[in-house]
Amino acid sequence: MLYINCPHCGMRSQNEFSYGGDASVKRPELNKEVSDQEWDNFVYNRKSLRGKHLELWQHISGCRQWIKVERDTATHEIFRTFKADEEVA
Amino acid sequence: MQKYSIFNLVKNAFSNHENWDLAWKDPTPKEEYDVVIIGGGGHGLATAYYLAKEHNITKVAIIEKGWIGGGNVGRNTTIIRSNYMHDENGLFSEFGMDLWRKMSQDLNYNVMFSPRGIINLAHSDAQMNAYARRGNSMRLNGIDAVLLNREQVKEIIPMADFSENVRFPIFGGLMQPSAGTARHDAVAWGYARQADSMGVDIIQNCEVIGFDVSAGKINGIRTSRGNIKAKKVGLCVAGSTNILAEKLNMTLPIETHLLQACVSEPVKPVLDNVVTFGAGHFYVSQSDKGEMVMGGDLDGYNSYAQRGNLPTLQHVLTEGIAMMPFLSKLKMLRTWGGIMDMSMDGSPIIDKTHIEGLYLNCGWCYGGFKATPASGWTFAHTIAQDRVHELNAGYSLNRFSTGHLIDEKGLGTKTWIS
Repeated sequence: MLYINCPHCGMRSQNEFSYGGDASVKRPELNKEVSDQEWDNFVYNRKSLRGKHLELWQHISGCRQWIKVERDTATHEIFRTFKADEEVA
Repeated sequence: MQKYSIFNLVKNAFSNHENWDLAWKDPTPKEEYDVVIIGGGGHGLATAYYLAKEHNITKVAIIEKGWIGGGNVGRNTTIIRSNYMHDENGLFSEFGMDLWRKMSQDLNYNVMFSPRGIINLAHSDAQMNAYARRGNSMRLNGIDAVLLNREQVKEIIPMADFSENVRFPIFGGLMQPSAGTARHDAVAWGYARQADSMGVDIIQNCEVIGFDVSAGKINGIRTSRGNIKAKKVGLCVAGSTNILAEKLNMTLPIETHLLQACVSEPVKPVLDNVVTFGAGHFYVSQSDKGEMVMGGDLDGYNSYAQRGNLPTLQHVLTEGIAMMPFLSKLKMLRTWGGIMDMSMDGSPIIDKTHIEGLYLNCGWCYGGFKATPASGWTFAHTIAQDRVHELNAGYSLNRFSTGHLIDEKGLGTKTWIS
């Protein structure tokens, strides 16, 4: 069982959360010309890192907020959690 | 190579079975090969076998980080089927079904292929309509499909829950009678033994640490056991695809996720077929030893752990018990996990890449085992001829840019969602 420290609600079990994928993916700016390659990278291409991975989760059975979680994809250790709009250094 | 036969079995019995040939050798890597296949799983071993058999290319090495057959071919639920709606998947898998039927004779190795049929249960009228449509598509592609009503399903699997007041009543199902199961380890070992006998070097405990690429062309690989030159390199590494792609500066439409499976204690024969639950994701069959072999959803988040988490297992087995209540009486014997190369449309990639001489075979999601022979056959063709075969033409890498996705389940890019 994963325990995720929701920045809004505190420590909760993974059963309350739903996964949202790689949080480092950025949607291309819409006020400029966007190449097919940039769309590809946004929609499909993923690094799928082994090790530290910044990802989106939604606290779907709690505050329903989207959050960012820094987790190790090999050991499942969770290092840090952030609010969705928080910048990750 | 010593043939496996009743005569040789009797002959070797006189020497206490101590004089059998090794099934495959343990060679040290040569300096150079025509083709290097990275990944000694089912697909990699099959590719090497078909390179030698169909294309007469025998200066081939299989490079495996651990031991052959130790990844997903050693930890799946052994289901073989071709019940797909889309032409690309249907024709490819049905070609594979033909190779499965001939495999034991072809490899001189009993892979225990058992065409016991698969039944996908339907739990609503809408689902029956969808199955009728899929069944018709299958039959147009020459694949056997039978739409069963509730009574017909009850005759085949009376132990399923046919009571009136259940959340997901069984309306009927779609059956592919020619689908089935096989002994998964035997498939890897059978391909390895034949490939070895035709001159393929199977190199185990050898990790790929880098690639030698210059002027857009592959020249070889760097491994923990030294550098190996190669004219062509094929990647067949399933859940480790992204790790190797990173070394090639490639970012792929693949995410690595964890899938669990489990078996119960062995019980007397009760289930003749493979059965899938239609209102969630759960499937079950009974092994020859009597264990109920079960699986279902991915754990649902990126993982390289090769071991699972209990909430998902609980969720999957809840579905199983809803479908066949007697399962709740069984004790769990083993659970295990493997890492899946989940592609962004749920369909695989067998293609050339932008690097000359580098070929890609990945994106099998949780359907890789059944594809083993067809994947090896088409990948061998793609490597040997330096062009895709019509069977894997749809499994291109650039289909994501051009919009020609093969989205069998209609899940979009979130193929890991449950």
